Amino acid sequence: MANKIKLSINGYPIEVNEGTTMLEAANEAGIIVPTLCHHKDLCVAGNCRVCVVEVSGQKRLSAACATPCEEGMEILTNSLKVRNSRKHIIELLLSEHNADCTKCYKNGNCELQKLASEYKIMTQDFIELAPLRKYSIDMYSPSIIKDDSKCIRCQRCVRTCAELQGVNALTVAHKGSEMKITTFFEKSMNAVVCTNCGQCVNHCPTGALVEKNYIEEVWEAIADPTKHVVVQTAPAVRVGLGEELGFEVGTRVTGKMVAALKRLGFDSVLDTDFTADLTIMEEGTELLTRLKKVLVDKDKSVQIPMATSCSPGWIKYIEHMYPEYLDNLSTCKSPQQMFGALVKTYYAKARNLDPERIVSVSVMPCTAKKFEANRPEMHDSGYRDVDYVLTTRELAIMIKQAGINFMKLEDANFDRIMGESTGAAVIFGATGGVMEAALRTAYELVTGREVPFENLNITPVRGMDGVREASVVIDHPLKAWAFLDGVELKCAVAHGLVNAKKVMDAIKKGEANYHFIEFMACPGGCLGGGGQPIPTNPEIRQKRAQAIYAEDAGMPIRKSHENPEVIKIYKDYLGEPLGEKSHHLLHTKYIPRNRY
Amino acid sequence: MVTNYQLKRVDFIFRNENDYEDVLSKTIARKPQELINELISSELKGRGGAGFPTGLKWKLSSESKADEKYVICNADEGEPGTFKDREILSKVPFKVLTAMAVCGHVIGAKRGFIYLRGEYKYLKPELEKAISEFAYYCKEIKFDFSIHIFMGSGAYICGEETALFESMEGKRGEPRNKPPYPTNSGYMNKPTVINNVETLAHTFTIFKYGAKRFYDLGVQYSRGSKLFSVSGDTPKPGIYELELGMSLADFVDEFGDGDTKAVQVGGASGFLVPRKKFDVTAIGYQGKLTGISLPTGGSMMLFNSSRSMYNVLDNYLEFFREESCGQCTPCRVGCQQLIKGIKAVKRGEKNAKYLDKLLRLTETMQLTAKCGLGQSVANSFSSIVENFREEMIY
Repeated sequence: MANKIKLSINGYPIEVNEGTTMLEAANEAGIIVPTLCHHKDLCVAGNCRVCVVEVSGQKRLSAACATPCEEGMEILTNSLKVRNSRKHIIELLLSEHNADCTKCYKNGNCELQKLASEYKIMTQDFIELAPLRKYSIDMYSPSIIKDDSKCIRCQRCVRTCAELQGVNALTVAHKGSEMKITTFFEKSMNAVVCTNCGQCVNHCPTGALVEKNYIEEVWEAIADPTKHVVVQTAPAVRVGLGEELGFEVGTRVTGKMVAALKRLGFDSVLDTDFTADLTIMEEGTELLTRLKKVLVDKDKSVQIPMATSCSPGWIKYIEHMYPEYLDNLSTCKSPQQMFGALVKTYYAKARNLDPERIVSVSVMPCTAKKFEANRPEMHDSGYRDVDYVLTTRELAIMIKQAGINFMKLEDANFDRIMGESTGAAVIFGATGGVMEAALRTAYELVTGREVPFENLNITPVRGMDGVREASVVIDHPLKAWAFLDGVELKCAVAHGLVNAKKVMDAIKKGEANYHFIEFMACPGGCLGGGGQPIPTNPEIRQKRAQAIYAEDAGMPIRKSHENPEVIKIYKDYLGEPLGEKSHHLLHTKYIPRNRY
Repeated sequence: MVTNYQLKRVDFIFRNENDYEDVLSKTIARKPQELINELISSELKGRGGAGFPTGLKWKLSSESKADEKYVICNADEGEPGTFKDREILSKVPFKVLTAMAVCGHVIGAKRGFIYLRGEYKYLKPELEKAISEFAYYCKEIKFDFSIHIFMGSGAYICGEETALFESMEGKRGEPRNKPPYPTNSGYMNKPTVINNVETLAHTFTIFKYGAKRFYDLGVQYSRGSKLFSVSGDTPKPGIYELELGMSLADFVDEFGDGDTKAVQVGGASGFLVPRKKFDVTAIGYQGKLTGISLPTGGSMMLFNSSRSMYNVLDNYLEFFREESCGQCTPCRVGCQQLIKGIKAVKRGEKNAKYLDKLLRLTETMQLTAKCGLGQSVANSFSSIVENFREEMIY
C-alpha cells in the first residue's frame, strides 16, 4: 500500500496516495483543471502551462499535471492569480494559433477552442502572430494533413509517435519562436518513415493534424446516378461510431450504423467482416502450409514466424524498419483490400454490374487504410480496388450532415452478398482478435475439434498488455496434418508499434521462437485506431474492447470457416484457399523502404 | 539599508598555489560529513546566479541513495556579459578539478563531467591536458574519480541544469519538470551535484583555508567573494574578484565612466538599476536586512547616457526570443509578444497603456514558465520599462 498524504484543494480536505499529481488529486476531488498537453496515453510534459494551480505559500504557480502532491499542501485551482495567469496563457496560445475556427476541420472538436469558450476570451489584445508566419500546409500524404499554423506545440503528437509507436516520424526542431513540430529534414509526411497510423491525429488537441477527408468525393459518388456505390464497414467502427453521435463509450451500434449508411444513399451496405473471415481462411491455410514446408519439407526459403498483414500501419512500419523480414509477412491482403478486389470482380459478376460503374467505399477506424487503398499494387480487380476510405469520424460527420437522428434509428441488417460475418471476424477489431480467430479455425481444420477453450474464448491472447504470448499443443491431428502431432504452436500478439519493435528486435536477436505473430499498429488494435473518435485513451479502449467481445459472444456463428458466404465464395468463385484466383485477388507483395 | 561599504578587492580564485595534490589528499582524508559541515558553515551560495546554498546541495545529494551518482561542473557560461568561468578554467583548472573530486568523495560519485560551452572549444585541449594530469595523480593516490568533458552546442538554455542533463543524454536541451530536483534525479536520473565553475573554485578555497576565512568576507546572507565580469561603458572592463555586499554606488564610482545612467546586474536575465537607485542597491543575495539586494552570476553591464534603454531591452528580448527552448507557452509566445509589443508601442501602433498589459504578461511569465529562463524575462523587462518608460514610448 502506498503511503497516504493529506492536503486540501480549494479548501476541501482530501487524502491521496503519495506520488499522486495535483491534477489527479483534483480529479479525485471532482475538480476539473483544464489541460492541453496532458494525455492519459502519454508521459507528462508540463509544457502548455494551462493547468497551473496555486499552492499557498509558494510564489510561483505549479503545473498540476507535473507536480506531485505533498503533505499539508493547500492547493487553489481557481484563485484570481490562477485565473489571470491561465487566461493569459490561453490568450498567448490563441495569438500564435490560426484561429479561423469556422474554416477548420476540427471546429467543434478542438480542445483549444473549448478552453477559449470556457474562459470567454472575447478580445484579442495581443498581437496576432500566426498571420505573420509563412506557414505551408502539408497535404502530400494520402492519410494525414499537417497544418503548422494550428499547432500549439504541446508535443502530444511527438510523444505519441515516440512513446506509443516508436516511429519518431514527428519531432521537434529549432528553438525559441522558431520551434516547431516537423519531420526528418522537414520533408513532407509522405516522404518520411510515417506509417500513416494516425495516432498523432487522434492525439492532437487542435486541427494541426487531421485526416485527409474524402467526404465530398463520397457525397458526389452517391449523388451520381450512373454509379453503384458500395460501402464496407470494419469491425471496430461499430463499437466507436456511437461515441460521435451521442452514445456512451462502448455502445455497439452495428444495426444503427447499417441503417444510417442506407439512409446516406449507399447502394449496398456490406461488411468488411466477411473478408475478415476470408482472411482467416487464406492466412490460416498459409500458416499451415508454411509450417509443413518448414517442418516436413525442410524448405529453407520459407520463413517463420509468419506475421499478420491486416494492419497497413504495421506493414509500412516493417517495410521501413525491418525490410529484411518482409518474407515473414503473410502475403494476404488486409480485409479491406480483399473486399475491394472482390467487389469489382465477384460481387460485380454476381450482381451483374459493370465494375467500372462501381465506387467502392470503406469505413475504417484507420487513417493508414487511406494510404493502403492508394498503393499501386491494389488494383488487382483491374480497377482501383477501394476508391475512398473514410474514418469512423468522417462517417459520423456525414451522418450529421444528412440530418439523421442516429439515436432514434431502427436497426437494419447488412445487405447480401458479402454482408455475412461471424464472431471471429468481429474480434479483428481488438488486439489479439486475428490471432484468436485464426486459432479457432486453424485448430479445428487440423484436429477436427474446436479449440480447447471455454466458449471458444481464447483468453490468453486477449487483454491490453503490449506483448502477449500463448501456445496451443496440437494433439491427435487429422491424418493430413499428422506432421503437426505434438507440436506446440507458439503465438504472440503485439499492439502499438513500440511493442511491435520489441518483438521484432527479439526475433532479430534470435530470442523469440514463435510460429505466428499478430501485429497491430495501434494501441488496443483497430478499436484504438487513428481514425476512431477523439478522445481515445486507455479506459475508452477498454470499453470498446468489451463491446467487441460482447458482439462476438452474441453472434450465432463464431468461426470463420463456418461463414456460409465464405463457404459459398470458395464453392462458386475462388475454388480453394491459396488457389489461383485467391492468389491473384487476395494476396499481395511488399516493398522494402528506406528509413531516410 | 546599505551602510557605507567600501569596495574590497580580494584575491582567492586566481591565486595559483600549485598545491592541488596536497589539498586533494588532505581533504579526501576527511569524513564527508565534516566537509559538508565546513561548506555549510561557510555559507557559500551558488555563483551561477541562482544562489542555492552549496553545502545543502552536497548534503542532499550525499543523502540520496543510488548505485551511481554524478558531479557536473556547469561551464556553459552563456549569460550575456559573463566571461569569468572561462578564465577560471584556463588559469586555475586544478582548483575546479580538485573540487569536483572532493564533491565525488562527499556524495559518493565516481564520475564527473565538465559541460563546456560550445564556444569555448578552444579551451578543450588545455583542459584535457589538465584532466589527464589530474587523473594520473588520482591514480597515484588510488582515488577512484574520473573527469570527462562534454561539449555543449551553443544553446543558452542548456546552462539550465535540467536542460543540460537532457543535452548530455543526447536529447533536445529542454528543461525538465521540477521536482524531482537534480540532487535526487539528475543526469541519467541519478543523484547529481551540478555546480557552476566558480562555485567549485570557491570550495577549493574553503577546504584549503577553512570556512571562516571565506565567511569573514562579505556581509550577512552574502558571504565570501565573487568574480565580476565588468563590461559596457567602463574605462576598465575585465574580471574582478570583489567582496559581496558592496553598494552599486561604490561599484559605479570604481568602474563607471562618470556618466553612468544605469547598470544591468546579472545579465539579460537580471535587473536594470537606474542611477537614482545606485546607493540603495547592494550586490548580493536576497536577505531580510540588506534592503534592495541583487544577486548576479557576475555580469555587470554599465550604460552611459548615450545608450537607448529601448535598444537595450529590444536586444535582450531578441536574445530570449531566440534562446527560449520553445516548449512552454508563456516563454515561447510571451517573448514574441513582448518584443512585438514594445515595437508596436514605439511605432505608435499601440498606445502607452499597452506597456502595462505587457508588464502583467511578464508577471504571468514569472509565475508560470517552466524554467528560470521564462521566469526571469520579467526581471529586465519590468526594471527597464518601469524606470525608463518614456524611452519606450518616445
